Amino acid sequence: MDLEYSSSELMIVNAARLLKNGDVVFVGVGQPNLACNLAKRTHAPDLVMIYEAGVIGAEPARLPLSIGDPTLVSGALSVVSMYDIFANYLQRGNVGVGFLGGAQIDKFGNINATFIGDDYTQPRVRLPGSGGAQEIAAWASRCYIMTPHQKRRFPEKVDFLTSAGYLDRSGSRQKAGLRGRGPVGVVTNIGYLQPELTGELVLTALHPGKTAQEAIENTGWDLKVVEDLRITDPVTEKELQILREELDPTGIYIKSA
Amino acid sequence: MKKTTEMKVSPMSKLTPLAEAISQNVHDGDVVYAAGFTHLIPFASGHEIIRQNKRELVLARATPDLIYDQMVAAGCARKVIFSYMGNPGVGSLRIIRSAIEKNTLEWEEYSHFGMISRLQAGAAGLPFMPMNQTAATDLERANPLIRRIIDPYSGHEVVTVPALNPDVAIVHVQRADENGNAHLWGIVGEQKEAAFAARRLILTAEEIVDESVIRSDPNRTLIPGFIVDSVCHVPFASHPSYAQGYYDRDNDFYLKWDKISQTADGVRSYLDEWIYGVKDRGEYWQKLGSETQKRLSVKPRLSQPVNYGNY
Repeated sequence: MDLEYSSSELMIVNAARLLKNGDVVFVGVGQPNLACNLAKRTHAPDLVMIYEAGVIGAEPARLPLSIGDPTLVSGALSVVSMYDIFANYLQRGNVGVGFLGGAQIDKFGNINATFIGDDYTQPRVRLPGSGGAQEIAAWASRCYIMTPHQKRRFPEKVDFLTSAGYLDRSGSRQKAGLRGRGPVGVVTNIGYLQPELTGELVLTALHPGKTAQEAIENTGWDLKVVEDLRITDPVTEKELQILREELDPTGIYIKSA
Repeated sequence: MKKTTEMKVSPMSKLTPLAEAISQNVHDGDVVYAAGFTHLIPFASGHEIIRQNKRELVLARATPDLIYDQMVAAGCARKVIFSYMGNPGVGSLRIIRSAIEKNTLEWEEYSHFGMISRLQAGAAGLPFMPMNQTAATDLERANPLIRRIIDPYSGHEVVTVPALNPDVAIVHVQRADENGNAHLWGIVGEQKEAAFAARRLILTAEEIVDESVIRSDPNRTLIPGFIVDSVCHVPFASHPSYAQGYYDRDNDFYLKWDKISQTADGVRSYLDEWIYGVKDRGEYWQKLGSETQKRLSVKPRLSQPVNYGNY
């Protein structure tokens, strides 16, 4: 029997599977938070979740609406200042995985979360801005991006470089002295994109029932498709049950398209 | 624990009613840092600043949060300095966002690390703080205060941000003594850095306790009284933010503000009813009503005591 699930659930489940047991992950609020908590309750019980508010080893008993929810603190391993979390943990190289999102992700995995338009001083649409994303993208050992697969979200080039992907090509990151490998995968509701050697994001997997044509049509650059295109494992009943019953019972993040 | 009312106030006491502390320490045109990353945000002080009709303020905070959205809506601000201008977990800060889009409000922007490094430099008495490069250079171009220097040891470029020394910082804590020696716990964001960086410091506290309570756990004292200018006893000062162990974050209100702030009328009637229409935090908390108070109450979860030893 085919299970029914939302695009959000599909993305969260696939993002969760990217985490390895024992990873130290810098958790973002919303869908990445659900993905990390799902991984911890399934294949990665030893996942160490770090929140940019300064909480290390959080074990949230309820779904935190914000990144600074009190449930993250109670029972955590440690709580440190914001300066410490960015300096000693992220800059020093103690964070393994970062999750990122943004209004625009371009061909080289660069992210814009700052504004839409062509003049910073006259933003057509003003977005929240970097927060910790600029540093997470630079210094976490590896990053994943979660975003719905839409043409306007995947332009050839971002309007503003909030967080560095592979810049204009592979190798540019290393030249700037960044310790992290950059965005190693992009989870969308259609499939999975990974950088090829040049740093260009290409389609390497599709979710069951999706087509490469859908992915191409919803991407703003000429999306390449690898020859040995993989199909992701189907979402399981257990994963959906944890998401719906334990992690997001009111459906704040899993119901959205 | 002894409360203010039961204590004899010493002549050295810095205890001040909040309205007085604001009028003495916050002046038109000041750079204000109301501290607290999601936690312990000093809403009561923000509301008092609005009531006192302060103008032309430069409002600095990593996350402006609803407190600065409200202060901008009330016309208190000339400029905002921030690193994440969103309603955490909800979406946009509609007032600030629209003011920026219409170019009616100046802004200066950093990443979180840049913003916090500015405070750290200010707190440490340094002129600037270096950070490793992130290769996301557009913000360096957009904000000329973000610069680069050559590391004199390695010869590589590092990014720098200038010290931030606010004219006044406002920090809310769980408990303090009448001299301002302050315990805070839970998410400790940037309160300590803001306190040391600022030229004047207003401290508000859920509880005023005897100095012996502070001395019983000195590692928890992040702010020493001698850098504090005014100490104010303001229970529930952080609502709709929260105080770890005292009351929960009012997530419903954060969602509600998203609706309220969709229209000018909605904002005006909120300010009239909940800020101009109440005289202080006590009245505000009463007005919230028992249902909300009950919803935000938290069950205790105590830490294991530590043994400092009797020497």
